[in-house]
Amino acid sequence: MASVTHSFMKLFRGSSVDSAQAARPVSTTQRLTRRSSGLGEVSRTLQSEEPICVLDIGYTSATNIRYLTERGHKIYSEDLLEASTDPSLITKNEQGQVILDSRRFLADNLVYPAAQFDVVLCWNLADYMDESLVKPVVARLWSTIKPGGLLLAFFHTREAGPDAPCYRYHIVGNDVLEMQHVEARKDVRKGPTGALHTAIEKSFRLQRVFNNRHVETLFRDFGSIKFFLTRDNIREVLVVR
Amino acid sequence: MEMPKSGEFAHIGKSVVIKGELSGSEDLYVDGTVEGTIQLQGNNLVIGPNGHVHADVNAKGVAVQGKLEGNIRASERVELQKSAVIVGDIVTQRIAIEEGAYFKGKVDIQREATASGSSASRSEHYGEGKSASAPVASGAAAASGATPSGKASSASVGPNTPVIKQ
Repeated sequence: MASVTHSFMKLFRGSSVDSAQAARPVSTTQRLTRRSSGLGEVSRTLQSEEPICVLDIGYTSATNIRYLTERGHKIYSEDLLEASTDPSLITKNEQGQVILDSRRFLADNLVYPAAQFDVVLCWNLADYMDESLVKPVVARLWSTIKPGGLLLAFFHTREAGPDAPCYRYHIVGNDVLEMQHVEARKDVRKGPTGALHTAIEKSFRLQRVFNNRHVETLFRDFGSIKFFLTRDNIREVLVVR
Repeated sequence: MEMPKSGEFAHIGKSVVIKGELSGSEDLYVDGTVEGTIQLQGNNLVIGPNGHVHADVNAKGVAVQGKLEGNIRASERVELQKSAVIVGDIVTQRIAIEEGAYFKGKVDIQREATASGSSASRSEHYGEGKSASAPVASGAAAASGATPSGKASSASVGPNTPVIKQ
């Protein structure tokens, strides 16, 4: 009971010192800063006085939630990459190949009314998501974006290499992002003999490299597409619904 | 965030399962399972690390360390600790999300107007770990409709500052 009292008082004390002590980050990965021309374009919409609806389908980012809500906007957060690791999605196609069930995935994720969002932040999702989900997800996103709405996505170039690390993206300025490496999650389990085993789970590998033609085909149902090539082997793509 | 005045609060242990509407006029700590709704207007809710809540929540402040599936409406603030798993929409004045928390849903920040009529400063909204407000003891104020959130933005307000009931 004493520990519960302590937890209660610590959580609701409200002082900056206590809150800072309570906020122990899970990951100590250093954040890298990068300028983003694509984000700079999106920021023109984010600076709108009128509240807009933003969908962030990357990792849960307190930074992004704070950045957008401070500007009066509504943010929807949905970690699709994490959701795609649900073991119950695994199935087989007609050729007997192991794939992910896109229908089931879309029954549980990205369930929104049509034309709801002004901005969708896709980040590097398409590069790391299973092949069987990419096109269905993009088709669903098309239906959820308002006409004239924006979608920002990042794609690695071939020069990035097959071991390009997966990053989380945090908005810290009009055209400035912080990148945080997604570390493989370690799960420590006890084996039958009582020995501890460390299993490495959920490390995301680059699934494919899109070239410009592939990207244009992927977003062919959108109205327009703009490419921004950067020095860090990332191709930023801004599409307009 | 207001502290429990007398130190008393209700506690649902981790083996307890409740199905139905849960309501009360005191702070509540849930470390068990609750399915239904939780109504704690003017009071705080903490979902402990073993807590599994499948309910819509209406409270003054909500802090989550465990799992919550449902919508949260908190008149003052919501805190998602690093072990939190939340699926549902959140409507509140302030939100803090620790690194590691999983959240799926909408965040809608709705600020109450201060007693003077001006809206609370946007700069007091905070993210990982930082608090911009001092707690105000205001059980009476919540009932009277006064706006402790406006005063909470002042650094000079302490935890036991009395609030005149109108």
